[in-house]
Formats: sequence, C-alpha cells, structure tokens
Amino acid sequence: MFDFTTITTAIDQFLRSMMPAQFAIIVECILVAACALLAYVMFAIVMIFMERKVCAAFQCRLGPMRVGPWGLLQVFADVFKMLIKEIISINRSDSFLYRLAPYLVVMSSVLTFCCLPFAKGLQVLDFNMGVFFLMATSSFGVLGILLAGWSSNNKFSMIGAMRSGAQMISYELSIGLCMLTVVTLSGTMQISELVEQQHDAWFIFKGHLPAMLAFVIYLIAGNAETNRAPFDLPEAESELTAGFHTEYSGMHFGFFYVAEFMNLFIVAAIASTLFLGGWMPLHISGFDTFNMVMDYIPGIVWFLGKTFFIIWVLMWFRWTFPRLRIDQVPTLEWKYLVPIGLVNLLIMTVCVVMGWTF
Amino acid sequence: MKFRDTYIGKIFNGTRSLLTGLGVTLKEFFTKKVTEQYPENRKTLKISDRHRAMLYMPLDENGNNKCIACGLCQSACPNGTITVKTKTVTDEETGKSKKVLLEYTYDLGCCMFCQLCVNACPKDAIAFNNHFENAVFDRSKLVLKLNK
Repeated sequence: MFDFTTITTAIDQFLRSMMPAQFAIIVECILVAACALLAYVMFAIVMIFMERKVCAAFQCRLGPMRVGPWGLLQVFADVFKMLIKEIISINRSDSFLYRLAPYLVVMSSVLTFCCLPFAKGLQVLDFNMGVFFLMATSSFGVLGILLAGWSSNNKFSMIGAMRSGAQMISYELSIGLCMLTVVTLSGTMQISELVEQQHDAWFIFKGHLPAMLAFVIYLIAGNAETNRAPFDLPEAESELTAGFHTEYSGMHFGFFYVAEFMNLFIVAAIASTLFLGGWMPLHISGFDTFNMVMDYIPGIVWFLGKTFFIIWVLMWFRWTFPRLRIDQVPTLEWKYLVPIGLVNLLIMTVCVVMGWTF
Repeated sequence: MKFRDTYIGKIFNGTRSLLTGLGVTLKEFFTKKVTEQYPENRKTLKISDRHRAMLYMPLDENGNNKCIACGLCQSACPNGTITVKTKTVTDEETGKSKKVLLEYTYDLGCCMFCQLCVNACPKDAIAFNNHFENAVFDRSKLVLKLNK
C-alpha cells in the first residue's frame, strides 16, 4: 500500500534544507492546519449535499435540482448566504461566552477530525493514547453547547442546552464502552496501530458477536452524540424552536451547523476505523490474489467508502425513526445500552482471554 | 407475564419493530421519485383527467356547441362566474319561438372550480379541461367567451 509518510518526509526535508528546524516546524504546523481545515470544510459541504439528497430520496423526492447540475451548487449558495449574514449580538446576553461557544464546538470537532487516519501515514495526530484523546476531544463539544444555551439568555436555548448536556454526557458512556471493547480486542489505543492490526481481518469479523453488538451500540450512541434525530431533543424544532442555537445568526450559527455535520462524519469515521478496518482494504487471510487485487484500491478510497456508507446508515436512521421523548432518552441509555455494553465488554474480555477471537 | 413484556423480550421486540421501520424507508429509498420538474417536463407532463383547471365548451367540427341556453349553470354558480346571454329566435318551419345562446361568458378569475355548473348542465355542454397555465398580466384577460 502507498505510504503517505514518503510525501510528508519529503516536504519535511525540503523545508529543513531551506530554513532552520524551528521555522520548518512552524511552517509545517501552518500547512497541516490549513489542509485540515480545508478538508474539514470540504467534507462538511459534501455532507450537507448528501444529507439533502439522501433525505429527499427517503421521502420519495429529488431534493435540490435547480442550482447547478443536480443541485450541486446549492450548498455553495447556502454557504455564501450564511457568510454574508449579519452576526446579531443579543441584548443582555453574556457576550463573551456567547461569542466563545461556537468556537469551542468547532474546535472540539476539528481536534477529533485530526485524529482520523485517512490513509496509511495520512493522519495528523497519532500517539499511543489515540482513542483516549479522541474521546476527550469529542466530548468537550458539549461544553460549547451548554455555554451557548446559558449565555443566550433564552429559556428555549437553556432547555435545549440542558437536554443536550444530559444526553451527550450519558451517551458518552456507551461510546466509551464500545471503544473499550475494541481496545480490549486489540490491546492498543494507538489509532494507526489499531488499523494496522486489521490487516488480516476487520475487527468486526475478528471479534465476531461482541464486536458486532458493540458496533450496533456504537451507532445508536453515536447518533445520540451528534444530536441528530431520533435524538434531536436539544434542537427539537417543534418544542424548542431551534434549541441551543436559537439566538445565533450568520456564521456563528454556521459553525454550529458545520460542527454538527462534521460530528456525524467523525462518528462514522471512528466507527469505520474501529470496526471496519479504517483505510485497510478487505483482506481475507489465505486468499492472497484476492488480497492483492484489493490492495490496488487506494486506502483513502476504502476509508471514505466505509465512512460514507456508515453516514448513509445514520441518515437512514434519522429519516426513519420518530424523535424520542425526553424521559425515553435516559431510559434507553441507562437501562438498555449501558448494561448491554457492560455485559458485551465482559463477553469480549472472556473471548480474548480464552483466545476465541479470529 | 408474557415473554415480550419482560426486559429481554422488550429488547427483541423493540429491535424487531425498529427493523420493520427501517425496511419501509429502505423500500422508499429505491422507489421511483414522484417529484415533477415542471418547466422542463412540460412535454411529458401528465395532469390527472379529473383535474379542474378551466371551464370550456366542447365544440364539434363545425363550431357548434350543445348549449340550450337554459341558464342552469349560471344559477348554480355560487360566485357568479358565468353569464349566459340569450336571444329569442322564431323557428321558420314550426313558428315556435326558442331561446338560443348568444354569448357564454366565464370569468376564470372568480371561479372556485367547484364543478357545480358542470353537474347542473343537462346536456353536458360544458366541462373542465386541464390547461392549468392560466397566469396573465391583466385581470380582464381572465374573462373568457366560451362559445364561438
């Protein structure tokens, strides 16, 4: 498989030959940040377009068709509209926190985005606590949401933020348990190492029953984590106008919107990394020619293919299920997902100890 | 207590019902989409035969209509959309006088497409067609003379 570190090392050496090492590192940081943010925005645009088209297909419609061929330029028009809108400052709001909140949300999702392994060697942050770091960064986005609700000085925002806090913090637990199941199976927390270990079979096949159960629980909890239907209580339109971002306008609202879509991408990408092998092609141990053919498809295609498939599944959930009631949300988590997750973790541990994995 | 009411039973029952819902939407995902892309598909656009867009008077090849100028449509219309102007002519052979239609005026701008006039007509002399592109720039253009 093509290793992207050859490109990055070449750039590194080129920069080091031109300037002192400290400057080279600063330039590299800026380059990486620019590329990551650009990729972040591009994926957000692709996702918004995909959401509209998939939603339309599930409702037997065509979706946007007018702006550009098949409505391809619709999202760009929307983004442009969002950019030229005024950012309204709310009277009697806590203006510092009010302005800080969207940046916290975006920062959390960009940091998480940087942990994703797009292809072999194409990963910004990779160290031995990868999964742990990923959980930490993805969960402080809820802080931004809570601040947004609090500082808006609006009761709907406040209720939305409180619901979001209660929901995201409790579903974090299920996500943690599912990740722990995979970590138990692999014995490592480093993301590149996790992907590397799936070279003979993906974890969902290696860990068979407990891994599949963990995958399903992860998808449910991940859906709740991104505040999307059927877990869209924090911004339930019919109850709370728009929930925590009711008072936001212009690009501040745009940040929440983009972060929400990118959180969906991140949840799907993590699911594909942990369970479906990330950028690792479909390998079946024993069939060498088959594995060879699969290797010709680049890793990034595998990664994005799996990720967008999971995104499609999550959108399928969204446009199928009705919204949960506020009392049903903690019931599902604490009475069903957490106990099942704990038992599942125990089963996985037993499987690993007894050597019942593939 | 039945199995489906127990904790474990609820999990299986809930999963089954969620999968049923997913199956319904998946089928919908792959069905042909119903959206009509109107201005582009004008050539192939099919409006339902029962659609009521505009009142018209079916004419035969000589331009004759079946109207007997009875005025039932005019009195049936709740909005006063229809005005039937008549004149009395004397039949030369029998010598009897008879009402004939002079002018049948229909104000599309007032019509609420209730079809009461069509139902009232004893001779099926009027009907609704589905020429629905009725936008004009002047209200007076909506007042139509239906007979030749």
